[in-house]
Amino acid sequence: MSFIQNKIDRIDKYLSDHPRVKFILPQALLLIFLFSIIGYFTFNASSNLAARGIDTGFSFLKNKASFDIQFSMIEFDSSMSYARAYLVGLLNTILVSAIGIVFATLLGFFFGILRLSKNPLASGLATVYIETLRNISLLLQIFFWYFTVLRLLPSADNSIILFDFVYANIKGIYIPRFVWTNLNYFIYGLIFTFVCVYIFNKYANNLREKTGKQLPKFLISLSLLFIIPFLIINIFNVELEFSYPKLDIQMGIANYIGGVSIIPELIALAFALSLYTSTFIAENVRAGILGIDKGQKEAAASIGLTNTQVLRLIVIPQALRIIIPPTTNQYLNLTKNSSLAAAIAYPDIVLVFAGTALMQTGRAIEIVTITMLTYLTLSISISIFMNWYNKKVALTER
Amino acid sequence: MKNLIKTICGISVFAFILASCGDGGKKASTVDATKKQGFVKCGVSQGLPGFSNADESGKWTGIDVDVCRAVAAAVLGDANKVKYTPLSAKERFTALQAGEIDVLSRNTTWTLERDAAIGLTFVGVNFYDGQGFMVRKATGIKSVNDFKDGVKVCTNTGTTTELNMADFFKSKGVKYEPVVFEKADEVVQAYDSGRCDTYTTDKSGLAAQRTKLTKPDDHVVLPETISKEPLGPVVRQGDAKWEDVVRWSLNVWIEAEEYGVNSGNIDSMKESKNPAIQRIVGAEGTKNGEALGLDQEWSYRIIKQIGNYGESYKKNIADTGILPDRGPNNLWTKGGILYVPPVR
Repeated sequence: MSFIQNKIDRIDKYLSDHPRVKFILPQALLLIFLFSIIGYFTFNASSNLAARGIDTGFSFLKNKASFDIQFSMIEFDSSMSYARAYLVGLLNTILVSAIGIVFATLLGFFFGILRLSKNPLASGLATVYIETLRNISLLLQIFFWYFTVLRLLPSADNSIILFDFVYANIKGIYIPRFVWTNLNYFIYGLIFTFVCVYIFNKYANNLREKTGKQLPKFLISLSLLFIIPFLIINIFNVELEFSYPKLDIQMGIANYIGGVSIIPELIALAFALSLYTSTFIAENVRAGILGIDKGQKEAAASIGLTNTQVLRLIVIPQALRIIIPPTTNQYLNLTKNSSLAAAIAYPDIVLVFAGTALMQTGRAIEIVTITMLTYLTLSISISIFMNWYNKKVALTER
Repeated sequence: MKNLIKTICGISVFAFILASCGDGGKKASTVDATKKQGFVKCGVSQGLPGFSNADESGKWTGIDVDVCRAVAAAVLGDANKVKYTPLSAKERFTALQAGEIDVLSRNTTWTLERDAAIGLTFVGVNFYDGQGFMVRKATGIKSVNDFKDGVKVCTNTGTTTELNMADFFKSKGVKYEPVVFEKADEVVQAYDSGRCDTYTTDKSGLAAQRTKLTKPDDHVVLPETISKEPLGPVVRQGDAKWEDVVRWSLNVWIEAEEYGVNSGNIDSMKESKNPAIQRIVGAEGTKNGEALGLDQEWSYRIIKQIGNYGESYKKNIADTGILPDRGPNNLWTKGGILYVPPVR
């Protein structure tokens, strides 16, 4: 026993003499341990799968998918690969998440501020909205919008027509498709316009800081935004036409062809996700604004700022610091919650890839791994962006 | 620092335990495991009338359910000793691979890809089906050739249906929009509300799901069949003994009908001089049970407790109005294609 004790003491002494080794050794051992665990599981899974005669590997991604997808932002048909189907699903997930994030933010700010209103009717309304929607399970809300509300829409031959060019029926909402000529010049023109506006604003700010002279920044920017695109449209002959959806009845089946169709699954999912998430964002906004000390507003008012200026220059910049971190969480939740799409046939990555493709190939481990890594990447990208934005608005301490 | 050394020792022991438990229990045979646990682990659908459907009291019935009951009667002596696991089309193979169930009897189509690439073995066919389309009568559509561009098609995910319809519409040059749901009930709801112009799945499924629509009489199943869908029970690859038990439980169930042995007359059939019938009733000197590792009366119990295939078909599919005409699912001797290897 004393022999072992002796050894331990010697190792001990060695380590206390070499602090660097003492610092690195435990971490290195932990790392080796983690890698061996992962390696062990991978080996175990692959040998067991082989023993059961289950094919493994990622080569299936190149195979022909042989199934179709209802709604895709890129071209897709059954002769394309599983990898392409993955891309279609991924883009659909990003689409619904992006729509959800934009509307959740707008609604969230609106109801968050409304709840602080001194008008009891307005604040009461906001309270009811927030407390109702955030306390009902999201899946139920999705079913509600899809199976109940959208189902109240009429059949295709009795569509609701808005402004003569939007047709809403149970099969979706149909809007005109834009048909552009020389679109690329228009896009270059827009980029050029934004660069001009940016440079002008920089110049105006510099001028103000140096000489104190105030240029009518807003007015000039606005006119730039109109004049340059207008010139470009006329010089380069940019044209925009609309291809209107037309009702087509064949063999007793009424459908709209032409135009762009927004499928009801996308509408229901985007609605449910935005409304649900907006309630949490509204609470973040309320917390952010209440978190600003009253003295700040009073001090701002005392140096002669108007009410709008107080809100715009003093309250909101400070409140944003409190609002952004928890709101980032809500954006992440929204993106992950979009996987509930599978319940209502919206072809997101879970339905298309972790659903149909998994089923047709039987590659459960590979496909679920890819799907999980995809969500991880999406979430981390959102986090990185929001952290960057948060740093930008954070208090700079000198 | 002594803590560090202790930690490393602890981790090594943990890793060792982890490593040793990975290999255990892999070789246990399913027949023995089933006898030990006292029930057959059977995977069924989430509710398809005629095939596998649970009533209000939670009792499962259907022609797929009867396959599992037959296995239970053969191995355990009691057709009721079955534990049913309702599975979606997507979950079914993983559940079987992972050992959550031992027999998958869930209107599953036998295809090369499934048989060869995902470690499963199809043991036979208990229903010959084909994919069809259901439409509203009011549309006046009489044939699948009447479908035009823009047609919206509702169906289930995770089935051969999705692939068949892609092939079908491609060959016809028709642009269609698939609206694909996870659960059959949601497909029915979506089709019923008018989201889709047609609903496609196996014809037996269409006939069964039609009964769930608000006005079943307003809908009609088109005459054409666009695919072959031989449906049958599935087991894991690599357990030949269990595979044999399931395969021959299925075969004897069908062969009993061929020889006119049913639940009502099987006791009197014990006196029969016909050697084929003697084998089915497990008379003295027959060796079938022994070959399968079961007792002699295994097949007697199947027919006594469940009846033969014809009785199951009549009770579950014909009398419920799903498909009164047996069509291809009749015996080969009666104009169908039901033909099983001899049980001997």
